[in-house]
Amino acid sequence: MTRNQMKAKVLEVLGEIAPEVDLQAIEPDTDFREQMDIDSMDYLNFVIKLDEEFKANIPERAYTRFVSLNACVDQLESILSQRPRG
Amino acid sequence: MAEFRMPSLGADMTAGTLIGWMKGVGERVSRGDIIAEVDTDKGVIEVEVFTDGVIDKLLIEPGSKVPVGTVLAIIDEESPTDEDKQSSNSQGTSAVSEPTRLPRERAVSTGRRLASPAARKLAESLGIDLTKIEGTGPKGRIQLGDVQSAAKILNATSSEAVARIDSKTDRSARMRAAIASAMTRSKREIPHYYLHTTIDLTRALEWLDAENTGRAIKDRILYNVLLIKAVAIALRDVPELNGSWEDGRLNINESVNIGVAISVRQGGLAAPALFEADKKSLGQLMLELRDLVERTRASALRSSELSEPTITVTSLGDQNVETVFGVIYPPQVALVGFGKIIERPMIVDGTVQPRQLINATLSADHRASDGHRGGSFLSAIVRVLQEPEKL
Repeated sequence: MTRNQMKAKVLEVLGEIAPEVDLQAIEPDTDFREQMDIDSMDYLNFVIKLDEEFKANIPERAYTRFVSLNACVDQLESILSQRPRG
Repeated sequence: MAEFRMPSLGADMTAGTLIGWMKGVGERVSRGDIIAEVDTDKGVIEVEVFTDGVIDKLLIEPGSKVPVGTVLAIIDEESPTDEDKQSSNSQGTSAVSEPTRLPRERAVSTGRRLASPAARKLAESLGIDLTKIEGTGPKGRIQLGDVQSAAKILNATSSEAVARIDSKTDRSARMRAAIASAMTRSKREIPHYYLHTTIDLTRALEWLDAENTGRAIKDRILYNVLLIKAVAIALRDVPELNGSWEDGRLNINESVNIGVAISVRQGGLAAPALFEADKKSLGQLMLELRDLVERTRASALRSSELSEPTITVTSLGDQNVETVFGVIYPPQVALVGFGKIIERPMIVDGTVQPRQLINATLSADHRASDGHRGGSFLSAIVRVLQEPEKL
């Protein structure tokens, strides 16, 4: 999966959590919480959905790092690349 | 014979619109079964029945808006209990010509689909056939998101989208009016007193971090659940804060049903109950809270969740609020507010240390309790949170 494909998928998940958000206007390096109304429960649901969509098995220590679009893609790339293929 | 009436789902509700019956004439119902869906200012509510028996009459047509207290159905409590006696179904009388039965779990075998009320409602408003949607919920239940995805695929026309927005705006305006009414009554009738304390959460958060390390992301526990459980346990010490003030007297409730204030996206809130929160594990409470948040935002709550909270907890830390001065939701007699967790210097054992602190406030009804007891309650919360492993 390319970075752009990953970005598109992350945005899709974000759209499910916060349907009112204009996904086109998301600034990739700015914290989601500064750009939209998401609380700790939304954030948890967001990370759970990313985990499911990317079948990533996100480790607990990475939980707090999915704060912006680019951070999400960086984290997922890093987690997925460490996973044994097969 | 028992009368099943349009329930009051909070001090602010005066009427509701019957959307559909979940049970038909002649069908057996047990206490807690969902008998109907009602559209209210708080969204579509699944209404439970509070008696055992067999439905004798359905008196109100789906689509009718009726005041709280209106008799909707008659339930025969004396009817024989044998399942096979239900063969008398067809002989039951019905004032409703053709009761609009909505698809429920048992309807799956007839080719109809299990779906949440909100999903069903959206599908109906968009003219989407539920049988053509794949559900992603438990047992293939169709969730709101499934219908939204299907709508995108079907490329719902712009006029339909506009209609949806209109109905959302309408709901939002009605919810605003309902909140206005309840809060006005609260400030007019309830002599509030307010107490505030700062709680050192350092130990509790360290414990929670360790606890979460051993859990999968989906089983993670948020600190809000610790606060809810601590409030529930502290109420054992001061039960007079757990109940309602009605007809000039305090009714203390034996069950601790914590109403959790949940904001609805783009305006409004509801505070549905986490039942018997003092008796449940943190993991169980977390599961129930997640479900409650999802259903509040999808307008799919149950009647008992709105009518039976015995105290409210509101947590505004995510909004950078440091201290909450809450308004009690009548007829309840107390509300506990939590602000944001902030790391601050604090003197511990004679040295200055960085600690994780949170402000807790109690808004309480002075008719029902006094500041001394309110203080004992806050002290109990502080004490309980210093021993998180016991929660």
